Amino acid sequence: MTDTVRLTVNGRALTVPAGATVAVALAIAGAACRTSVSGEPRAAFCAMGICFECRAIVDGGPHQRTCQIVCRDGMEVRTE
Amino acid sequence: MTRSFDIVVVGAGPAGIAAACAAAEQGRRVALLDDNPAPGGQIWRGPSTAHRDAVSRAKERWLHRLQQNPAITSLHGCRVFDVPGDGLLAAEQNGQRVDLRYSKVVLATGARELFLPFPGWTLPGVYGAGGLQAMVKAGLPVRDQRVVVAGSGPLLLAVAAYLRETGARVSAVCEQASWRSLLRFGASIAHTSRLWQAAGYRWRTRGTPFHAGCWPVAAHGGKTLESVTLSNGTRQWTVPCDLLACGFHLVPNTELASLLGCTLQQGFVTVDALQQTLIANVFCAGEPTGIGGLELSLAEGEVAGLAAAGAIRAAQARIPRRDRLRAFAAQLAVTFALRQELHSLSKADTIVCRCEDVTWRTVSQYTGWRAAKLQTRCGMGPCQGRICGSALNFLLEWSPDSVRPPIFPVSIASLAGPTASAPAELSAIQEN
Repeated sequence: MTDTVRLTVNGRALTVPAGATVAVALAIAGAACRTSVSGEPRAAFCAMGICFECRAIVDGGPHQRTCQIVCRDGMEVRTE
Repeated sequence: MTRSFDIVVVGAGPAGIAAACAAAEQGRRVALLDDNPAPGGQIWRGPSTAHRDAVSRAKERWLHRLQQNPAITSLHGCRVFDVPGDGLLAAEQNGQRVDLRYSKVVLATGARELFLPFPGWTLPGVYGAGGLQAMVKAGLPVRDQRVVVAGSGPLLLAVAAYLRETGARVSAVCEQASWRSLLRFGASIAHTSRLWQAAGYRWRTRGTPFHAGCWPVAAHGGKTLESVTLSNGTRQWTVPCDLLACGFHLVPNTELASLLGCTLQQGFVTVDALQQTLIANVFCAGEPTGIGGLELSLAEGEVAGLAAAGAIRAAQARIPRRDRLRAFAAQLAVTFALRQELHSLSKADTIVCRCEDVTWRTVSQYTGWRAAKLQTRCGMGPCQGRICGSALNFLLEWSPDSVRPPIFPVSIASLAGPTASAPAELSAIQEN
């Protein structure tokens, strides 16, 4: 098992520590997870799967709570 | 798919792990499920740090006990969203519906942080206190990042100590409770190991100013956080920072208990001496019965697990210790009671409902939760009011509405029934 994982965030390659959540990958990439209904950038907040602020598109699946998903090699993440 | 177990434990934090182990060691077949990708709950999340304290020693002991027991089936990334029938829970795991049949169920659903809306709290870079710790445990690098830790509760110092050890520059810890409350609390725990634990955290955060009677009033920044303004009631000052870790102690997760029909009193699930709720075959342990921390959660979990397994005498033997720990829970509630000034934290333009971007100006016109929901969509987004509902419970004393399924957004396919498969194109969010 390697100690890093490679994935893409909005098409850009990113390497993160193994075990990192997708929310962490988005924070490292400097990307907000989603745009709120009034147009504000939002990022992970509660980090415990409660607030849904960190939702993004993971491997084509919309509205995924990225704080509850561990990064895997080849994962494609898109912000909402 | 439907799976059957003697006992289903919902929540794999300390209370749930203790309940599952206690029941399985009585020969019962147990399912232990949790929304998170690994067991441990919030307090035992992530890899152990270099600093070996009582919390990490307990974690290793209990996780070992859990993992070596073949009678326990652990289901991770699994969340209960409905109660489709008697003795039956509907859950979703990896996008697939799993129904769980039980003879007894133990609810160990833990707590979440209480967040109070203030100007700028929606900026990226503002996290919960436990929230930022969870992010760092999940791999977020914070070396040389400037952090302010603020809010209320014993978690603040623990979070500050953890962040310092992971390389962050913690510029202040702000506790809204007064020195007077904190000193009284200190005196009440003086004869216990908890005082040493608190002193240990303070030692590990030496050099970082600790302000009692101090709270955040605004966060500032363009696209991300740049600074936070703090107040002690007479003076305000602004501290530059990259990250703000802010939570106002804890509120219990009681949605599933409510859906099962359990009685709640002042927000907490009512249980008898053996942790049984007023609903037959439904037990509850840990923070949902009262915010009391790690040791009480473990003690309640053991009583609940043993009682659910029918080992009544063994359960009764553990009651006195649990009751002593409950006295500490009562002290916590008094010490970290929120001050009046926090009622004016939200300003007219402050977003209260983060899901639907409903401002304080809009929501505070209404007289209750139901009217505000219907007229403004406040609390109608995917978090289902877990964040703004708890805040409004404090700010306006609005009581929560009745709980209806699904208690978490799930795919349409999972809603449809246990036998349906879940094709990806049907995976749409179900808003409440």
